[in-house]
Amino acid sequence: MNSRLSAITLNTFREAVRDRVLYNLILFVLLLVASAPLFSQISIGLEKLMLVNVGLSSISLFGVIIAIFIGIGLVSKEIEKKTLYTILSRPVRRWEFIAGKYLGLLLTLVVNAVLMTAGFYAALLIFIHSLAGTDARMLIAVYFIVLQFMMMVAITLLFSAFSSPIFSATFAFALFVIGTFGEDLKNFAAMSHGATKYLVTGAAYILPNFASLNVISQVAHEQNVSGQLVLFNTIYALLYSVAVTVGAILIFERRDLK
Amino acid sequence: MHAIEIRALSKDYPVGFWKRTLRPALKSLDLTIEAGETFGFLGPNGAGKTTTLKLLMGIIFPSSGSATILGKDFLDPEIKRKIGFLPEQPYFYDYLSAPELLDYYAQLSGVPAGVRKQRIGELLSRVGLSDVGNKQLRKFSKGMLQRVGIAQAIVHNPDVIFLDEPMSGLDPVGRHEVRELIQSLKDDGKTIFFSTHILSDAEALCDRVAVIHKGELRGVGVVNDFRSSVADKTEVIWLGAGALRAVEESVVEPHITGDTVRGTVQSADLDRVLDILRQRHARLISVTPIHRTLEEYFLSKTREREKEPVQL
Repeated sequence: MNSRLSAITLNTFREAVRDRVLYNLILFVLLLVASAPLFSQISIGLEKLMLVNVGLSSISLFGVIIAIFIGIGLVSKEIEKKTLYTILSRPVRRWEFIAGKYLGLLLTLVVNAVLMTAGFYAALLIFIHSLAGTDARMLIAVYFIVLQFMMMVAITLLFSAFSSPIFSATFAFALFVIGTFGEDLKNFAAMSHGATKYLVTGAAYILPNFASLNVISQVAHEQNVSGQLVLFNTIYALLYSVAVTVGAILIFERRDLK
Repeated sequence: MHAIEIRALSKDYPVGFWKRTLRPALKSLDLTIEAGETFGFLGPNGAGKTTTLKLLMGIIFPSSGSATILGKDFLDPEIKRKIGFLPEQPYFYDYLSAPELLDYYAQLSGVPAGVRKQRIGELLSRVGLSDVGNKQLRKFSKGMLQRVGIAQAIVHNPDVIFLDEPMSGLDPVGRHEVRELIQSLKDDGKTIFFSTHILSDAEALCDRVAVIHKGELRGVGVVNDFRSSVADKTEVIWLGAGALRAVEESVVEPHITGDTVRGTVQSADLDRVLDILRQRHARLISVTPIHRTLEEYFLSKTREREKEPVQL
């Protein structure tokens, strides 16, 4: 990685840490602790299912919220406060700025997810009093959540490259919601006919498909996740993120930063 | 080779709902600045000064025209290793300390890791901030931030420095400090291009100035020429208010304090006025040629063509 790219990446990460973004971890721990009495009310066997669902869903949701709320300001805040002027007056290419911002926010989310996952396993130990070898498959769910972050950061950055924070937040969140029903959209396309079929199929391919990245329920029920799905999801998330980030760069390369 | 050469640089912004109308923000600017020169870019608010600087920094793109800095195209990223820029009323990453901020910018400018620490230490003492330690920038005063701003603009030891309104919003002490800093950069032989609407700063620091108004270059002048050029007027002060009546027609706006009279006389009338005053036994206290000021030049250039009919 070139030194300018790494400097922007680390500065974006440092900003998030110093703006106390990781304080959400405290909320995460509180959520797990507060739901403990609930687990004890549920019959044995179900309490683990509940904890895995709450824990992994929280890791996903907290990360997506951070991705949206930091992502929408990544470019617009730098323009508004004119800090971008002091960056672009240096030998920094515009693509390096966008790529650095992308990697910085992704790094923040990965660190956040790693710490939350550690907390989640600690909670499993505390409430369930044991860790089975099969519990490692929950890490696949966490890996998929990180893939989801890769896509969400790219999406918010795309909107941030040309629009206001409110517009960016609204559309990024809308895409997240639509993406969680990605499989339904594909099913709808399969059942449709004529022009609708083409339109819905096109939309299903263009819009992000987060449904295939969600295996929380599967791992909570101790079902295996196939290696093929891991491979497909990795390729899909990488390609989607690269395509959307390139889109953000192309827009930003031509933009007058008034 | 000129330090900066701007050729027919223009910028139009699309306005209106359909963005079909173009509003010119800068109209075909031609300007050359020599190496080692301190050049003042003067104009009232909204004249096009910041637009010009944003264009030169590659923050916005020109509608037409071109520019070179140190002989290279201004959009060449490599030329940016040799230029420094301070935007108007800048905000910096306030979660960083001054050494962290300067280290970040030095890294972006390609300053090798081995020399960064020493250079940042020297720079902080040069701008009078050696004692700030690791205090975050959010706790800095406006004057301190402006000094950090100048430090970030020169952290990579550039040859050409662009400053956008470097003294605006500062109190007299802050302005003095920033002015001293610019003077020291000038003494180091740097080429400085700074925009301002504060004429006294330009007069004190600049070798040459350009006046821009409504996006249009109205004139370029040498500051020393203003100082040495004499307007066609002389200020005369004499003792003997009784003599005023005899020269009344030739004295503009006479001020009488007790028996002392102070007034301005056109150079053509000066000998005749002095003869009459001597004949009337008035005692001359001083006869001083009036020099042109930068302010007069600025006002004459910004008022020119104001009354011309608007072309539709």
